Amino acid sequence: MKKQISDLLKIIGIFLFGKFKKFTMRFKKSKTMKDIMLVYYSEAKSARLTRKKVAWITSGGPVEPLIAMDVIPVYPENHGAMIGASKMGTGLCETAENMGYSSDLCSYARADIACATVNGGPIGGLPKPDMLVCCNNICGTVLKWYEVQARYFNVPLFVLDTPFCHTGYSEETARYVRSQINEYISFIERACGRKFDYERVKKVGHLSLQGQQLWQKVLDTAAHKPAPLSAFDAFYHLALIVTLRGTPEVIDYYTALVAKMKDRIARGISAVPNEKYRLLWDNLPIWHRTRWLYDKFASHDACLVADTYTSAWCGTMKYIDENNFIDSMAEAYTRIYLNIGVDEMAKMVIAMIDKYDVDGFVLHSNRSCKPYSFGQMDIQRIVEKERGIPCLMIEADMVDERTFSESQISTRIDAFMEIIKERKKHSSSISMAKE
Amino acid sequence: MITAGIDIGSITAKAAIVDGGKIIATKIIFTGYNAELAGQKVYDEVLIEAGLGKTAIDKIVSTGYGRNAVGFADKSFTEIMAHAAGAYFLNPLIHSIIDIGGQDSKAILLDDKGKVKNFVMNDKCAAGTGRFLEVMARALEVNLDDFGTMSQKSASPSKISSLCTVFAESEVISLIARGEKRQDIIAGIHESIAARVSSMLARIGVQKPAMITGGVARNSGVVLALSKKLDMEMEVSPYAQVNGAIGAAILAAAL
Ligand code: SF4
Repeated sequence: MKKQISDLLKIIGIFLFGKFKKFTMRFKKSKTMKDIMLVYYSEAKSARLTRKKVAWITSGGPVEPLIAMDVIPVYPENHGAMIGASKMGTGLCETAENMGYSSDLCSYARADIACATVNGGPIGGLPKPDMLVCCNNICGTVLKWYEVQARYFNVPLFVLDTPFCHTGYSEETARYVRSQINEYISFIERACGRKFDYERVKKVGHLSLQGQQLWQKVLDTAAHKPAPLSAFDAFYHLALIVTLRGTPEVIDYYTALVAKMKDRIARGISAVPNEKYRLLWDNLPIWHRTRWLYDKFASHDACLVADTYTSAWCGTMKYIDENNFIDSMAEAYTRIYLNIGVDEMAKMVIAMIDKYDVDGFVLHSNRSCKPYSFGQMDIQRIVEKERGIPCLMIEADMVDERTFSESQISTRIDAFMEIIKERKKHSSSISMAKE
Repeated sequence: MITAGIDIGSITAKAAIVDGGKIIATKIIFTGYNAELAGQKVYDEVLIEAGLGKTAIDKIVSTGYGRNAVGFADKSFTEIMAHAAGAYFLNPLIHSIIDIGGQDSKAILLDDKGKVKNFVMNDKCAAGTGRFLEVMARALEVNLDDFGTMSQKSASPSKISSLCTVFAESEVISLIARGEKRQDIIAGIHESIAARVSSMLARIGVQKPAMITGGVARNSGVVLALSKKLDMEMEVSPYAQVNGAIGAAILAAAL
């Protein structure tokens, strides 16, 4: 077992340092990230030894009650991102397709379902779950995906059903979701064989909110010109707010990261050496192409300074009441970015365009993620109308490399940047003329 | 100032030489498997055509999917920019361009000064491209050059409902088996391309007047189907196929 753990540490180390090396070189903090993730995954992998329970949970699921009960939460979607970044996604997707799953199914689901049967991927598969927690605030795919895994591992599944909030948050929705939180707590009590710790969850809730506030602060630093961090850096640092929110590690890490970013601002260090153009990214990262995309945009002196994806983990803080975490959490988890109407989403996008003062909007039309990609055409239109900035849609998939066509995407990005440069040249000559 | 534009497409490589406001020579060859070689060859040939030596050329711009393979170019631009510059040069009133090439098709919207306002590309799928027509010509055993005239004889175009080239090919084969007239099938194919391509233009908001460029512009059947579908005249320049290369030469003059 010891040998297994040390092998695992090695593998995770190679993953974190190998794949993300180029990014992490620019952030000395990465060592801490590596350490935290090493400890996290090895604790999860050795849960049987330490008699802890493991729960698999969706990325937008309410994790705080699990942490309060010492259950180790594991995120198949974070694992999917690691699979994508290590370019192991296509193989696993093919395995899932050989099992009979459609190639139209979300590649996180395909990769995870396949991985469970072969213990593949960069860390040799996830630890076996004792329970599954699925919240459908992100999509409908997770429902069937988690049902498949519940059957495969023969473990109990809890489904938290969060109705879609086109606008606002109705009385009925509030009651409906809140009542399920009670069921959720009973589910955890049954799985753990002890009473729920209401005192502890308050502390966890406090840490969770604090973590989200700090994450927002990290992202806020990119409003500075030039931006000290890019969306690609955010994709990397995001791992903690996804996997460990509600724990003190997140607080320490992001506190240090904010300080680091402020220091970079003070010293004039930017994420892209000659930042001339600032862009906003929509949808999940293309995990297998982050480096290529960073380089591609950087070659045009363009920096993706913000994105709608990483900010989703701090987008609903305003609904959280620290003194009443359990009650308010229901609303916060229900009103996340993927569970609101297109007009609401567009409003958030426009707020980001203004806040980060961007010159263009890049939308990743993600073959996998239907709820994220479905309204993009409308959002693009709204942005073009309201802000008149150039928008670019690129078609790809976050994990499945087979949908990525390099030379074609390259041409689109080049043409998009030609338009932005042309406009900026024009607008700067107008403002010069005014002066 | 004499400038050259080289447009390396997936199927053909094009070159143009422009002197101020005048097109001096153009050339089209097959790209083959080596884009770099094709660039050199088409450049050499267009120079011969123009009766000029290399030293006579002030600036060279490359474009097209193989634009970065043209080592001797001073600069490269995407085909979006090149087509916009070319169309604006040929007719400064143009506001919309539909370019149908061998492997992709695109719709470009221009402002009053000929600058690109917006664009969409279909490059994932062969439907709505020259490749689609080639596949259909093979299935029908008709020379592609005859598609335009044949389709105009059709009184009731067949319905091709498949969006995918592979499925459309089997659909066409079943139409042949059912005894539908060739001209009707061909007219149906043109309508299906027009539907596909015009929806791209609709996405960015079509504005008159519109021009069609790229090799497929030579097919009068597609042009007709498009004008019907969009309910507007489609301008076709005799230089449609070399429009990208002409645009590149125009961009070279502004370097
Ligand atoms: S469909 Fe989208 S939201 Fe759902 S699991 Fe896949 S990537 Fe996540």
